[in-house]
Amino acid sequence: MSAQPNVATEAWPQSYGDEAQPRMGFFTDTSVCIGCKACEVACKEWNQVPEDGLLFTAQSYDNTGGLGADTWRHVAFIEQDRPLRVGDGDGEDGDAFRWLMSSDVCKHCTHSACLDVCPTGAIIRTELGTVVVQEDVCNGCGYCVPACPFGVLDKREIEDDGRVWKCTLCYDRTREGITPACAQACPTESIQYGPLDELRERAGARLDKVVADGFAGARLYGEDPNDGVGGFGAFFLLLDEPEVYGLPPHPVDTTHDLPEMWRSAAVAAGALAVGVAACLLGGRR
Amino acid sequence: MTERPTEGYYGRPIVKPPVWKNEVAWYLFTGGLAGGSSALGLAARASGNRPLARSTTFTAAAALTASPILLIKDLGRPERFVNMLRVVKPSSPMNVGTWILTVAGTAAGAAAACEATDVLPRVRAVAQGVAGLLGPALATYTAVLVSDTAVPVWHEARAELPLVFASGAAASAGAAAVILTPSDAAGPARRMMLAGAVGELAATTAMERRLGALGEPYHRGKAGAFARAAKAATAAGAALGAVSGRRRVTGRLAAGLVFGGAVAERFAVFRAGFQSAEDPRYVVMSQRGRS
Repeated sequence: MSAQPNVATEAWPQSYGDEAQPRMGFFTDTSVCIGCKACEVACKEWNQVPEDGLLFTAQSYDNTGGLGADTWRHVAFIEQDRPLRVGDGDGEDGDAFRWLMSSDVCKHCTHSACLDVCPTGAIIRTELGTVVVQEDVCNGCGYCVPACPFGVLDKREIEDDGRVWKCTLCYDRTREGITPACAQACPTESIQYGPLDELRERAGARLDKVVADGFAGARLYGEDPNDGVGGFGAFFLLLDEPEVYGLPPHPVDTTHDLPEMWRSAAVAAGALAVGVAACLLGGRR
Repeated sequence: MTERPTEGYYGRPIVKPPVWKNEVAWYLFTGGLAGGSSALGLAARASGNRPLARSTTFTAAAALTASPILLIKDLGRPERFVNMLRVVKPSSPMNVGTWILTVAGTAAGAAAACEATDVLPRVRAVAQGVAGLLGPALATYTAVLVSDTAVPVWHEARAELPLVFASGAAASAGAAAVILTPSDAAGPARRMMLAGAVGELAATTAMERRLGALGEPYHRGKAGAFARAAKAATAAGAALGAVSGRRRVTGRLAAGLVFGGAVAERFAVFRAGFQSAEDPRYVVMSQRGRS
């Protein structure tokens, strides 16, 4: 048994009893992403996520920037001077070039730091094993924002909202057995929704195929239940190192170290108490 | 075959910087001041040092009045402050801290009210006992709160941060008591101030040594400026305090320096967290080093 003091992340599916369902998630296969951003648009429309500025970033075709309170799917664009696959030519002019595109999303971690640290209980795990912020409970303390190892959550500053928002894995759709908006809109099945077990199997087979096809840098990211966050509910097939996509290479659920932190604090608090008592020695003058 | 760009994706942060405003940095300070003062107040009361017990009781109550105001002001939905008290959640240091703050604040307020009006001595004794015993927890839980994030400069300093905060609490509470207590009753406060100041310098040094390259924010930008100011003021205050003894003016000048140093140290830790999260290199560095 782990030493983690998680009060909620281990509660699924037991706490749901008969209502518990198989854990659902996303497999985002970036090898077939074409960067159309249909996922971003479908997400915004379905979830009524407000417009948060139309900016020109000059960062390839990415004018979205990153995940946040008002962006729950984000398509990254990376331009590399490198052939797409090992063995591909350098092009007629000798200038190799490839695009990497990837639709990022909340990872719905097995061990969710955001859920652990939330002081109000606003962040919950659903009967589908997904992680959702209850907007009628969140008081905008912002603790989950730096606690997330992926920088997914953020505080909505527009319209004086003040609460934290993120991907719900379309809880209003998925609880009714409907595919989330982004996966529904994806024209290449780069975004796949389904029971996590099935997705992991499918992803393993897909990785073998992609590697055999010469994508030497291909790897699965977040499919391993033994990683630092216990595996993602929304994992990826990437074609390069995670950092290239702005993802942490070895994310860890910060509350994993919480017992150690409380021990350190107890030692310091004890030292403070003993120190204060010791200051009485020598009299009042 | 593929290089690992430490600058990540167009240099954008991997971990989101905190959304906390300066109110939270001030609270990191006032929580420590209150915790240290409550503990010193209980010790002073137990040893029959009435003037010192009196001044520290008022300092604790003042700091514990400011603390919830600062915290509630920082919330995106201040009217939902009470939502923190709808659950008891050990996995959330902020939830645990809210309970500590609520109980300690109520106790310190009651103790100060009894002290000021000189009524209900038994209530005062119980309230002072509760506040005093919770003081060390109040002064150190905030270190757990910031360590329990994905911010490298905070998370990787999780062993030392409670010591930094505890010693800073001792330094500031001692200094406040030196300023507010007649000097012939301030002996324990002076010793606490000096021990706290020396401890703060030692703990920050140990923290920076542990962090290594990840501690770079403490030498750069705003965090660097605060850290340098904190070290200079704390060291100068400790040195002056050690030689000035019971002298009224220089003793209080030394206390002012130590007090200011403790404020600056909390702001250094606070700002360092932002700088650490804003630069993706630190996240990559901490995780590639771990793998």
